[in-house]
Amino acid sequence: MKRFEKKLWLSLSVMALLTPLGIILPAKFGSEEGWGEWGIAALEKLLGYVPEGIKKTVGMWRAPIREYNFGGEDALFSTKVASYLVSGIIGAFLVGLVVVIITKLVLKDEK
Amino acid sequence: MHIPDGYLSPQTYIPLYGVSVAVWGIAARKIKKEVSARQVPYLAMAAAFSFLIQMFNIPAPGGTSGHAVGGGIIALLLGPWTAVISVSVVLIVQAIVFGDGGITAIGANCFNMAIVMPFVASWTFRLIRGRSKKGARLIAAAFFSGYVGLTAAALSAGFMLGIQPLIASGADGRPLYAPYPLSIALPAMALEHLLLFGIIEGIFTAALLRYFMRHESMPIYCIRGG
Repeated sequence: MKRFEKKLWLSLSVMALLTPLGIILPAKFGSEEGWGEWGIAALEKLLGYVPEGIKKTVGMWRAPIREYNFGGEDALFSTKVASYLVSGIIGAFLVGLVVVIITKLVLKDEK
Repeated sequence: MHIPDGYLSPQTYIPLYGVSVAVWGIAARKIKKEVSARQVPYLAMAAAFSFLIQMFNIPAPGGTSGHAVGGGIIALLLGPWTAVISVSVVLIVQAIVFGDGGITAIGANCFNMAIVMPFVASWTFRLIRGRSKKGARLIAAAFFSGYVGLTAAALSAGFMLGIQPLIASGADGRPLYAPYPLSIALPAMALEHLLLFGIIEGIFTAALLRYFMRHESMPIYCIRGG
């Protein structure tokens, strides 16, 4: 591997180790999810009701690592932080792998 | 900006699935022409980068949070079609594995962050850059490409959310899907991206382009040729 490439992989690893900031900072400032990404409880609070269409579909998919958290909603904050870090590593690895597979397939059927 | 399940009506998310799938098809053909096997590790890094940068949630006033996406810098370094594929893969993995963004909204979310963003970023860069090959103007062009690209994606998401009350409401007159009209959704999405997240996206887009130009270790899409 070229030196430059190595440097980039190293930078990405450092980024991965810093991801817990992305959960710690918002928690410090008491900020919730992004605009338009509210869960059922947040909608209930905002509107006083939950739109029917949202109620029906919002939980239809059970993601294996919901919200980058292995511990469930009531887990300790430290568990959430650790889950976030591990999720970052798993996710970064997974997307890289999928992209390699797709581009290899795309490039292959040219030759 | 990750629209969850239930926020978009089928009348919205089904056509957007169609658009995104069509663009993926074009992107695959373009990549076949533009990308060499040697660049594959960079594509993987681009996707990993976008995944990681999106994890850095930034608190915004008003109790919400947001994050950069990386679709602009990937478009500048590796080309918009590469950005389409790598950011789409990120969004699909986020939806399926982490429940971030809805399964039904994959087409919509890819349209905003993996299609609108890289192309608007590329066009903005070209427009501001003019003919300069280096210097302050190029860096400014990179800043605005990230800034405008992310804001455009946010506006597109705000538009999708904002038209939902027009599309469907229940027997009681309440909206069935995303509840806020355009007059609220558009400014809400625009403001926080114009004032905060877009600036952050712009700063790291400019800083990274500068870094890659200094190292000259790989061809940079947006400055090679014209």
